[in-house]
Amino acid sequence: MKFGVVVFPGSNCDQDCFYVIKNILNKPVEYLWHQSTEINNFDCIILPGGFSYGDYLRAGAIARFSPIMRSIYDFVEKGKLVIGICNGFQILLEAGLLSGAMIRNENCRFICKYVYIRVENTNTPFTNLCKTNQVLKIPIAHNEGNYYIDTEGLEELKKNNQIVFRYCDKSGEVSKIHNPNGAIDNISGIINKKGNVLGLMPHPERSSEKLLSSTDGLLIFKSIINWIENKL
Amino acid sequence: MIKPHIYKSLGLATPQYKKILEILKREPTPTELAIFSVEWSEHCGYCSSKKLLKLLPKKGKAKTLIGEDAGGVVIDKNLAIVFKMESHNHPSQVEPHQGAATGVGGIIRDIFTCGARPIALLDSLRFGPINKAYNRYIFKGVVDGIQFYGNCVGVPTVGGEIYFEKCYSGNCLVNVMCIGVVDPEKVVRAKAEGVGNSLIYAGASTGRDGIGGCSVLASCEFKEKDEKRPTVQIGDPFMEKCLIEATLEALETGDIVGIKDMGAAGLTCSISEMVATGDVGAQIELERVPLRQKNLEPWEIMMSESQERMLMCVKEGKEKKIKKIFQKWGLNAEVIGKITNTKFIDIKYKNQTVAKIPAKSLVNAPLYNRKAEKPKYLKILRSLNLKKISKIKNYNKILLTLLGSENICSKKWVYEQYDHMVQTNTVILPGSDAAVLKLKGTNKAIAATTDCNSRYCFVNPYRGAQIAVAEAARNLVCSGAEPLAVTDCLNFGNPNNPTVFWEFKNCIKGIASACKYFNLAVVSGNVSFYNESPKGRVYPTPIIGMIGVIYDVGKATSHYFKKEDDVIILLGVCKNELGASEYLSKIYKVFSGDAPSLDLALEKAVQKTTLESISRSLVSSAHDCSEGGLAVALAECCIFDKENMIGAIIYGLDFNIREDALLFGETQSRIIISCPKNSVEHIRKIAQKNNAPFKVIGKTGGKNLIIYKKNKVLLDVSLEKLHNRWYNSLEEKII
Amino acid sequence: MVEAEIYITLKKDLADPQGITIKRALEALGYKNVEKVGMGKLIIINLNCDDKIEAEKQIRQMCERLLANPIIEDYSFKIK
Repeated sequence: MKFGVVVFPGSNCDQDCFYVIKNILNKPVEYLWHQSTEINNFDCIILPGGFSYGDYLRAGAIARFSPIMRSIYDFVEKGKLVIGICNGFQILLEAGLLSGAMIRNENCRFICKYVYIRVENTNTPFTNLCKTNQVLKIPIAHNEGNYYIDTEGLEELKKNNQIVFRYCDKSGEVSKIHNPNGAIDNISGIINKKGNVLGLMPHPERSSEKLLSSTDGLLIFKSIINWIENKL
Repeated sequence: MIKPHIYKSLGLATPQYKKILEILKREPTPTELAIFSVEWSEHCGYCSSKKLLKLLPKKGKAKTLIGEDAGGVVIDKNLAIVFKMESHNHPSQVEPHQGAATGVGGIIRDIFTCGARPIALLDSLRFGPINKAYNRYIFKGVVDGIQFYGNCVGVPTVGGEIYFEKCYSGNCLVNVMCIGVVDPEKVVRAKAEGVGNSLIYAGASTGRDGIGGCSVLASCEFKEKDEKRPTVQIGDPFMEKCLIEATLEALETGDIVGIKDMGAAGLTCSISEMVATGDVGAQIELERVPLRQKNLEPWEIMMSESQERMLMCVKEGKEKKIKKIFQKWGLNAEVIGKITNTKFIDIKYKNQTVAKIPAKSLVNAPLYNRKAEKPKYLKILRSLNLKKISKIKNYNKILLTLLGSENICSKKWVYEQYDHMVQTNTVILPGSDAAVLKLKGTNKAIAATTDCNSRYCFVNPYRGAQIAVAEAARNLVCSGAEPLAVTDCLNFGNPNNPTVFWEFKNCIKGIASACKYFNLAVVSGNVSFYNESPKGRVYPTPIIGMIGVIYDVGKATSHYFKKEDDVIILLGVCKNELGASEYLSKIYKVFSGDAPSLDLALEKAVQKTTLESISRSLVSSAHDCSEGGLAVALAECCIFDKENMIGAIIYGLDFNIREDALLFGETQSRIIISCPKNSVEHIRKIAQKNNAPFKVIGKTGGKNLIIYKKNKVLLDVSLEKLHNRWYNSLEEKII
Repeated sequence: MVEAEIYITLKKDLADPQGITIKRALEALGYKNVEKVGMGKLIIINLNCDDKIEAEKQIRQMCERLLANPIIEDYSFKIK
């Protein structure tokens, strides 16, 4: 199995994701320059966080036209896994691979801090090692994490069990006061209908080492590996 | 014929102009005049400060690397830390968002042009009183500029400090420190060598940004808020991020001989300094410089301070290869000249010579001997009759007031806007005594801090500067790091003022003496003069940035209490000292009194004891006592971790001094340690061995902070109350 | 009631990183004839005021005092 980490101009969590896969999980991983289109020998593509194209115009708006994205549509069609973290999530939304959009954080400021998220759906390639309603401690760092989708879309997400993570408190209680950015229904991560594309705002790669005060992020990467290696 | 008012308006004095005539043996062209004026300005030429800066030690306990743009220390066989701090005060006062943003960009370029990957930023900020709307506007703009640039460029902002003081109204201070990691064998110099090699310009196009900004912005005081409207430089962090990656990739080829960023004085400075350092000459074809706007005059191209640009000296024949790397990242890269053996910088524009100057003459600016005079007011300023301080006895209330002070309260409103975790090295997050970053591929970590109490420096420049060094070292030690080396950013008023120059001289002497005592090299630095407004000059503010090493990253220690029933130890002593304290300023509106005393031997003993105790894993937490004294320090230990606040009962403070001095005095060389019971005797022995005063003063536990003096309860406040005040205060004051 | 559309743009000679980046993206999509892209802000204000001249005066004041940063930005507006 092999991971690919896409590097867009302005990505800045690409090396962090690469490090976790390679040095902590000891799995094969390669960087993929945004202009490359040969991605068929990969099993999971990571769209990392950062500020692709400076987030100019709108976060993710320009990156979604990168050549690699055309290949990613096929890749997704084939049922292979794509995970978009933070800016990667924003790109997936702009690209239409996930539904909804991101707007500015409710407090109009960049927010970098540890938050708690509750796993709402453990029946996915990305969360299969999590327990039902498990609470994960993972940091966020973004300007535009205020997830928005219209009422119909939200109902659709709920109906198909596409909401994977919600912001909550330490005990797992989901309420408005534990919503850091105003995201609708406390949503912090969703998957597509087919279940092979995940977008999430928190950074699992930043909570994958004991020294960084949480290893909860590893559960997501390990779930992916588990899913691929055991062909779940 | 160049008339005096022309060269004078460019900031050149008549003797300097005569010197130029002497060097060129003819009249300068406009381009030459502009080049001399910026290279010989205070900002680039260090005319007033160079002689005194020689007092700072260049060697210390760690093996140092001292380059043109930044310096560093070797930490491991294949690993050196490069770091530097720089000011961007005046541009931030003019346009806070862009001023701070471009300040961040500039210092990052200084680091990666050494071949180092930038891994952290710290910001030392000073503003006028927070209750004035204009100061809040500047403060918010600066924070916004830092987050805008730092977050996008992907370098974590892990620490720093923020103070609000009247003297910074009308002249804020924005000092940014950047830290990078590099293989010591691969450090690149800002040097041009090898006749026939090419000079390649890379990065953003050149526009009319900050033309003359260097000398105009840096050597004029602000008379009127709106009088000066220089062309503000706009920062592009996205371009900078691409520039970092492209540069580091290009350096891997080994085909780059030297490299320098274009900061103050742009192309002028990078060409002349690279060429002079390499003792070569250069021929430049100015029309090859990528332009953003048409019709730029040759001198404008030379002076432009457009951001995100660099100059490289590339081996002959390798130009295409290097250009390709930059183009891959969507960046301009153009050959603009060649290295010659003439030792002249020969600049042509469309085949016409516009400047021809001996390279060395530009980097040897004429130096001034400034007059230094001790101000007469100091004697009165330092005297403080403690009997006249009416004794307000409600210590609970005083503690809450101090915890709510904008100079003490939690800065989470600020640091939560900074991405402080990207690159996944930040082991100790902002808010502790020092930031700790692990070094991937080793078991080591570094700790970094910035410090300066300018109130102390105002009343006692020499000791104030010594304290800044001592406190920075103390902060590092509290995180478990051994201090290794220093960078400084020296912010002062107009050096023509003998009082200012006396302050400057004494601060340098103070830094030098303390650094020598702790065996720390000053590896890089920056001087910012003319920090004045019509309201007056800023306090002398020599910011000390310090780096230390933690040999075992697992031993990194933070400042707050970890568990109940730990023993609380005070290393050091409490004295009857209240001068220049936050307590006097906030509670009595008194700003006088001498800075606290400093005994370097005692300081060393306390630090050694702490470091040894941490390295033997005896300690749960270690925290330095600074502004607000012991009571504030203890409160911070109790309430920092919101999810796990731990109270304390303090019963062992048997110092025979005033109650307020005991609680809020800012006596130096004190560290509060908490540790499990079975560590106490070990730590006591370590303290005895090092001659450090040791006292068990209490234990952790409960939901209150209670402080006794003998049998009397001086203070008893609930953690909830302390936390709310400390945690929410900044936000309440600025919204 | 009048409606004012206020356009805030960067001053002519200043660097416009957003504009440049958008221009490049458009070029990459095949629009080779894009000469320049400028990025600015549009602010819409509904003002309780029937006197157009008075409204203009107020909007201008708002621009100068808050909406535009005179150091780096120009403004213009239309009142409907």
